[in-house]
Amino acid sequence: MSTQASLSRRPPGDRVFDLFVTVAMLFVTVVTLYPFLNVLAISFNDSTDSVRGGLTVYPREFTLENYKVIFAYETLVTGFRNSVLRTVIGTVIGIASASMLAFALSRRDFQGRRFISFYLALTMYVSGGLIPIYILIRDLGLLNTFAVYILPGVVTAFNVFVIRSFMDGLPEALQESAKLDGANDFVIFWRIILPLCKPALATIALFLAVGQWNSWFDTYLYNASKEALTTLQYELMKVLQSTDRGMSDYRGQNMNEVMNQVSPESVKMAITMVVTVPILAVYPFLQKYFVKGMTLGAVKS
Amino acid sequence: MKSDTAPYGAPTSAARAGRFWRNAARSKYLYAMSLPFVAWVFVFNYLPLWGWTMAFQNFRPGRGLFDQEWAGLTHFRMLLQDDMFYLVLRNTLAMSLMGLIAGFTVPIVFAVLLNEVRNIVFKRFVQTVSYLPHFVSWVVVAGLVTKMLSTQNGIVNDVLLWTGLIHEPVQFMAKGEWFWGIVTAADVWKETGWNTIIYLAAIAGIGPELYEAARVDGASRVRQIWHITLPGIRTTIIILLIMSIGHLISIGFEKQFLLGNNLVREYSQVLDLYALNYGLGMGRFSFGTAINMFNSLVSVILLLVANGLFKRFTNESIM
Repeated sequence: MSTQASLSRRPPGDRVFDLFVTVAMLFVTVVTLYPFLNVLAISFNDSTDSVRGGLTVYPREFTLENYKVIFAYETLVTGFRNSVLRTVIGTVIGIASASMLAFALSRRDFQGRRFISFYLALTMYVSGGLIPIYILIRDLGLLNTFAVYILPGVVTAFNVFVIRSFMDGLPEALQESAKLDGANDFVIFWRIILPLCKPALATIALFLAVGQWNSWFDTYLYNASKEALTTLQYELMKVLQSTDRGMSDYRGQNMNEVMNQVSPESVKMAITMVVTVPILAVYPFLQKYFVKGMTLGAVKS
Repeated sequence: MKSDTAPYGAPTSAARAGRFWRNAARSKYLYAMSLPFVAWVFVFNYLPLWGWTMAFQNFRPGRGLFDQEWAGLTHFRMLLQDDMFYLVLRNTLAMSLMGLIAGFTVPIVFAVLLNEVRNIVFKRFVQTVSYLPHFVSWVVVAGLVTKMLSTQNGIVNDVLLWTGLIHEPVQFMAKGEWFWGIVTAADVWKETGWNTIIYLAAIAGIGPELYEAARVDGASRVRQIWHITLPGIRTTIIILLIMSIGHLISIGFEKQFLLGNNLVREYSQVLDLYALNYGLGMGRFSFGTAINMFNSLVSVILLLVANGLFKRFTNESIM
């Protein structure tokens, strides 16, 4: 307990309130974690045993069979590879573009500053909509290409503004002295500003990586007919939707065979875990950065 | 150097132009670092706006952009005569409004309660756990929701049966009348933790001396929340409320696409899905664009209203 002195003088209702808060927070924790633990348990449980039901948060008959089966399935491995690729490439390009734009916009002496800020901010509120964007992507010849995962998302206004607010907080004297030494703006950006922006860059890298990793709709809309370009989320989406809509509309017989080796349920749960675990492994370590990034972004925009 | 390109202009404007070009030359690296991306944004964000012209044409994908046949307001007229449109609009507005109310109130309650947790380790743990669902894709969340609400071993049905509130499992995912609630609940489950970040930061900014004084006066914790914490984050609450009104109708379609099925179609179709089905599914590009355009126009109007409200409250503009 905190301070003993104040404890003795606390109004009687406070103990009840403390209990209420603790119970409420435990409830939130359980409600958030249970679905994940349940899925984890089923994914590691023997599939014939799982059908009996009654599994909660630990496996009854432990097995790695479900994971072996899904990793033997070629399309999923292709999807995994594409998801990793788009996450890495998309994040690197996204960081590069957002930080360069942010740097230009953070400079008071840059004439284009106001116009470009407004021009970017507008894209956060107005969008052409699905159909015009689809037509554009088609006319640019990006249908059935890997590039469609990367190119449309090169610049995201929100990310630019988060990094800019961070740069606004850096002392201007840093740049002044470098300029006197004859450094040009790009050198100042690369050598002085960028290394100081690590917290903001970590936040944006997380947002970009999560966004790329979690995308499925672009695969569905632009690349559905090309199996070599599939992504993990898209495959998971198809597997999850397959029971509702019957297996008939599902591409190829392959997945049916996979599903029949172990039960469909077990396959779904194992893929769900493969998709979720990388995120689980990363985000807690970046927490202090993204909390700061979000707070900054909200204050400025 | 380029200042003498305008020798005949009025001296002041010539001087201004001169300053402009000298300045521009000095910022050449800044231009090089920003203009390519400005062009990029033009292609991927602004060109689609021009695609709105399709709504006024009988767009044929085979033809070039300039030999399309103009159709005036035909597609908008058809839209307003389609019974399906009103159903879809109802669904969009209903889910937006439910999402706005729940997505606005629950994070405030959660932030305030989390702030009252005295044990720092427990507080951090709850906080970290609460951020988790934000990072998980809607595909996964839809899978989890379907699993939890399932009639076979779904935890929700199990708990309800155990408490005796129901006597046989409820088919949540197959009943249209549940759909709006399920979408809203899934959204709350996914985003509440994330949306508390800003409130927690605002609460952290309230001076501890206020609580100290209240404690000396013998105020209970509930009274401290009511008289100090909530008034302390009032501005943040107002700003976030207004901003979410601006985004009211742009609820997206991912949740509805992934959680919906044929049994609940009448409740799950939203404007974007309707545009997708007609526009791409049936190849009626112009009609689909008209739907998209309607959606965007309503968003912009809401945004302007929200911005007006915002100005009145804070004398600042969010745009």
